[in-house]
Formats: sequence, structure tokens, C-alpha cells
Amino acid sequence: MRHIISVQLENESGALSRVAGLFSARGFNIESLTVATTNDPTMSRMTIVSVGDDNIIEQIIKQLDKLIDVVKVTDLTATEHIERELLLVKIAIDTESQSKVEVQLDKFDAKIIDASEDFYTIELAGKSQKINDFIDAFSADKILEVSRTGVTGVCQKRQS
Amino acid sequence: MKLNGAQILVDCLKSEGVKHIFGYPGGAVLHIYDALNACATIDHVLVRHEQGAVHAADGYARTSGKCGLALVTSGPGLTNAVTGIATAYTDSIPMVVISGQVPSPVIGSDAFQEVDAVGITRSCVKHNFLVKNAQDLAETVKKAFYIATTGRPGPVLIDITKDATIAEIEYEGYPETIEMRSYQPEVQVDLQQVEKAVAIIEKAKKPIIYSGGGSVIGNASKMLTTLTRNTGFPITQTLMGLGAYPATDKQSVGMLGMHGTYESNMAMHDSDCIIAVGARFDDRITGNLDKFCPYAKIIHIDIDPSSVGKVVGVDVSVIGQVNDVLHALIQGLKGKKLANIDSWWGQINDWRAVDSLAYKAEQGVIKPQAVIETLYEVTGGKAIVASDVGQHQMWAAQYYPFDKPRHWINSGGLGTMGFGLPAAMGAKVARPEMDVACVTGDGSIQMMTQELSTMLQFHTPVKIINLNNGYLGMVRQWQEFFYDKRYSMSFMDAQPDFVKLAESYGHIGIRVEKEEDLKPALIEAFKQKERTVFIDIVTDPTENVFPMIPSGAGHHEMLLAGRDEMASTNDSGLNLV
Repeated sequence: MRHIISVQLENESGALSRVAGLFSARGFNIESLTVATTNDPTMSRMTIVSVGDDNIIEQIIKQLDKLIDVVKVTDLTATEHIERELLLVKIAIDTESQSKVEVQLDKFDAKIIDASEDFYTIELAGKSQKINDFIDAFSADKILEVSRTGVTGVCQKRQS
Repeated sequence: MKLNGAQILVDCLKSEGVKHIFGYPGGAVLHIYDALNACATIDHVLVRHEQGAVHAADGYARTSGKCGLALVTSGPGLTNAVTGIATAYTDSIPMVVISGQVPSPVIGSDAFQEVDAVGITRSCVKHNFLVKNAQDLAETVKKAFYIATTGRPGPVLIDITKDATIAEIEYEGYPETIEMRSYQPEVQVDLQQVEKAVAIIEKAKKPIIYSGGGSVIGNASKMLTTLTRNTGFPITQTLMGLGAYPATDKQSVGMLGMHGTYESNMAMHDSDCIIAVGARFDDRITGNLDKFCPYAKIIHIDIDPSSVGKVVGVDVSVIGQVNDVLHALIQGLKGKKLANIDSWWGQINDWRAVDSLAYKAEQGVIKPQAVIETLYEVTGGKAIVASDVGQHQMWAAQYYPFDKPRHWINSGGLGTMGFGLPAAMGAKVARPEMDVACVTGDGSIQMMTQELSTMLQFHTPVKIINLNNGYLGMVRQWQEFFYDKRYSMSFMDAQPDFVKLAESYGHIGIRVEKEEDLKPALIEAFKQKERTVFIDIVTDPTENVFPMIPSGAGHHEMLLAGRDEMASTNDSGLNLV
């Protein structure tokens, strides 16, 4: 099963490689990983999406917790949570396809953030599934470049 | 007080109570060595190879229970130390390793003797630090010792750039306390979990206590003994746990696992209640997981939550210091009526009667088992025994029953050949009043002979018991069993004259070729209290370690000497190490 694991850790050099190294050394899978500092500049938050059975996820959480730099590990999937991912995508347009593209933009509530003569750079935030669906809405030859941030998330309670 | 970084570091080590450092100088640590030179309270042992330094610090830590300390230079100094660090990590040994690093302005420029020490060691340390400013030294050292010695212990590396050791700053003294929001090793024992454990134990008709290295590292001998005596349960101990409970006591059924006793493995297999104490269900213990303890409810006591459920699913886990959990368990069991286990003991004694450690003496050949038995006799079972890795290690574990913790020093998890000699040296530094034996083989000893030189210079008299069979014995044994006797590269045709080797390093060398010379040679060696004696003993080259659970088999499928001369394995067994 797919799990979103939120890790609060000391914002120190090397902390990211400790986490990444743990995943590769123990053969855990990473679907995506995002990291940035929080409102507390000494603390980072990392969001990891991984797929595994209950035993593997339990080990991932325990092993993350064991890292000295890690302050807190939360399995967001175990609670009510909000997840978002940001997509930047370049889509080719011509006079014929332009209006079709714009229909899709309206449907997904995506934004054109840069327009050139023959392509749009589009921004879309949402759940990973929505982003997949959006990309799938265009034929492969129209998609020039895709950049996704990976999932970030918070739990829905006031404090996790 | 204005001090340079190196002087600050040495003051921190003094404040931490460090008395011994094992190390090797080099360019990046010259300032540190200069500061050490001015320090009267810390003895430095100059090894001949950095791997030896870390193993010696490790042997020191295992013997004394204190934090070991090794000091190495940058680049090759650090890479040489890595095997030692990984050895300590796998066996959860408290240790701080300090490595020099190139000056911070040139980090990343592929400078002379530069390696990414923090990167290289990341996966074999409990934690590591790179210190680029003298200002950060004191707090980092405090953190390093705190992390290394608390919770599940382990090695911590502090990599210090040369400029940080040179910079002069105002030193405000070593911090008395440290707080880390991300690391809180103190655990309160969950009494509800203890109650659940008690409920299982109460009903157990075929219980067994399975105790591991955590009982030694956690100094839990007394509590473990109390629990065992109070319950009347049989106890088996892992290779890493030997000595926490007296092996000569009647409730001890010996070591378990691949080369454990028949009675301990059979008891594990048939048990309905296993109390795992500071043990991690290593593959050398469990054998084939599909066949592991099919009838047992498992209670797992450990300081490390990630050990629980990692290999084997358990019924109840109790997280905490082994001592604290055992104390709670002993309290919880007070006044409880346990099931009668007389018939269980009857069954165990039947297995015992098989006498799985029996071996056949042969005329004109020295049996390696007899060497260890004689060593036991000559030392009265009181020596500290440091071992290398291989057949001799198993024989030492089987035929030298340890009654006290911290007397059996071996690389159990990583299985590092070359560990024995420097570890014995470290043990002797920690306990100079004790007899220290290094049980080794002709393969292992040749990985670290250079430390014989250190042992002369720093006067650490050790008795080296070399079981010389001309083979990499454990490799040869597996090739005999599992590779149709195709002995690929396990025979060492050329060997040094170990007597002359020992003598050339200023020690005493004795060669033993006849059985009748064995005991007199060992007696003579241990009389030489102030000398290192290398006893090179020619042993049966074809002897195998029995009993044995072949790779891929279960606890109840042991091979016994005399009954099963050959072992075989299956495909899944061949896939195992």
C-alpha cells in the first residue's frame, strides 16, 4: 500500500543523505521525496511516499525514528490528511489544439503561467491522482516537459 | 581561557573521563597529537594499522563497559578504520572515533588525503559529525559520547577539519549536560506490555529464555539471573550474549543457533513461550525462518524498537533498557503461580543426554576442541577470551563456558577476521590484572599480525592461541559440505614460522605439534605474566564444527558429530551466507 510519511528533522547538512541512504541501504522503495525548511529555520520537513506492506512501512517508520537527526515521524496515511503535489508542464499548442487545451485547463483548474507562441507552461496543484489525470488528458506528443515536486502533506488536525 | 581547537578537544576528552586512546597520527591530526602530548592523564596506544586501533578500542569497550576511543587521520586513516567501525556498529559497541579532515577551505577539492568521511561511514555509525569550527567542538564531543553510550549503543564518528584544531578561541569549558530534541534515549517501561508478557509466561508449559548481546551490553546479568532462577526456566544464550548467565549453571542449555547445542535448538523449536532478552533474531540464530519456533508465543525485550518485528513477528514486545524491563517482569511475576515444567525439563535433559558437543579424540592428532578445553582448564575458566572469526571462534564459544559477562570478546555480527588480536590488546589495556587469551586461527591472525609490535611497545601481554590447521577452516568446511569437496582457495600452502614471527616482534613463540605438549605449553605460557606468548598449535586439518544447522534448515534439523558426517543444503540454503 502507498503511504505518505512526514518526517520532521534537524535542518543540518547531511540530514537528507541520511534518510536517502537509509532507504537504499535497507532496500526500501521511495516513490517521491520532498524536503524544505519549516517556519522554524532549524527544522526541515520531509515528505516521503513509499509503497510497501504493513511490516515494511513499520520498519521504515522505526528506522527513520532511529536516525539521530529525526525529531518526529508521522504516517499521514494513518490519519485524516491533506496531500498536494505541484506540476509544471509544457504543452505544445497550435491554432487547432489551443482551445481544446484551454478546456482541459478549466476542467482541472490549472493555470497558464507562461505562454509562448507554440507552447504553454502550465501550473497545477492537487493530489497525485489529479495530476496523473491531467497529464493523461493530453496526447503524449503534445507534452514537451514534465516536472513534478512529489507529494507534500499535513495532517488535518490542528497539530499533528 | 584561550585555547586552540586541538587543546579544547583534549580537554573535552579529559572531562569525559577518557583514559585510553588507540590511534595513529597523520597530517590532519598533528595538532591533536601535539595537544595530546601535553596531556598527562590520557594514555595513547600507537597501533600499527588504523583497523587495529578501532578493534582495540572496541575490545576495550566490550571488556570495560566504557566508551572506546580511536583517533585516526584523514583519508586512508579513516578508510582503514571503516572495518573496525562497522564491526562495532553491528555489535552495538559504544565508541567514539575521531578522524582528522583536510582544512575546511579545501574540502571538496580532492585535496591530499581527503575522503568524505561522513559519507563513507554513514551507514556503519550510529551517528557522525563534521566539525569545521573550533566553536562547535565541545558541544559536538558531548553529543558524540552521549549518543554512543545511551540507548542502543554504537560508534559515533567526529570528523574534524585541521583548521578547526588550529583556530584559537575563547574556551568556556566542557558542557555538563546536553539536550537534543531529536534524540531521547530514556524509555519508560510500558507496564501494560509487561502484564501481557506475564500472562503468557504464566501459562507456559515449555518456556525458554533466549538472551543476547543486549544482556551483556545492558549490564543485565544480575536481573537475568534473578529472572531465570525465580522462574526455573531453561536459558539459552547467543554468541554475543555468552557470559551474561553462567554457562556452567544447570539451567543453562548452552548457546543456540547454527553451531549451538542440540538441547538449546530443540528446546527453541518445541517451546511454547520464548522470552527474547536483548536479542535480535539474527539469521545465525533462527535458521530457516519458515521453520522457526512454530509453536511459540514470543516475548521480545529490547531497547531498540526497530529490532522488534524486523525478522520475526512477536506476540508481545517490551521496549526499554534490558535491566529495567527485567526488573518490571520480575516484579510482575511475583506471587504468580507458574505452570509445572518438570516434564519439559525431562525432555530437555533427554536432548542433553545426546551430548552434542562430544567429539572423538584421535591418536596423534590435536583436536581443536581439546585445545579450548585445555585452555579452560589452565585458566580456571577465568580468562578474558578474545576471538577471531571462523571455526576456532565457534569452538571457543562451545568449549569455554563463560560464567561472567564481558569475558568473551568476539565479532559476532560482522564476523571480522583480524578482530581478535587488537581486541585482546584493548581488553588487556582495560583489565591489566586479568589473563587475556586471543583464540585465533592461521587465517585470521595473518590479517593483523602487525599489532604484535604495538603489544610489545605498550606492554599488553596476551596469550595467543593459534589453532593452526593450514586451512581457512570454516570456508573449507562449507566447501566440503556444500560444494562437493571442491576446496577452492581455502588452503594456505605457505605459512610463516609463527614462532620466529613472534620472536622477531620480541615475544615468546611456542610450537605445539603433539597432544602431550599442549597442556604444559599452555601452563608455561600463562606463567609468563609479563610476556606475550604466541602458541602455534597444529590441529586436525579436517575437523568440522558440529553440531550444525545447515543453511536453510530448521532448529530441529541439526547435524550431529558422529551421526551425520556430511551436511547438505538446499537451494534456499545455498543462497544464504
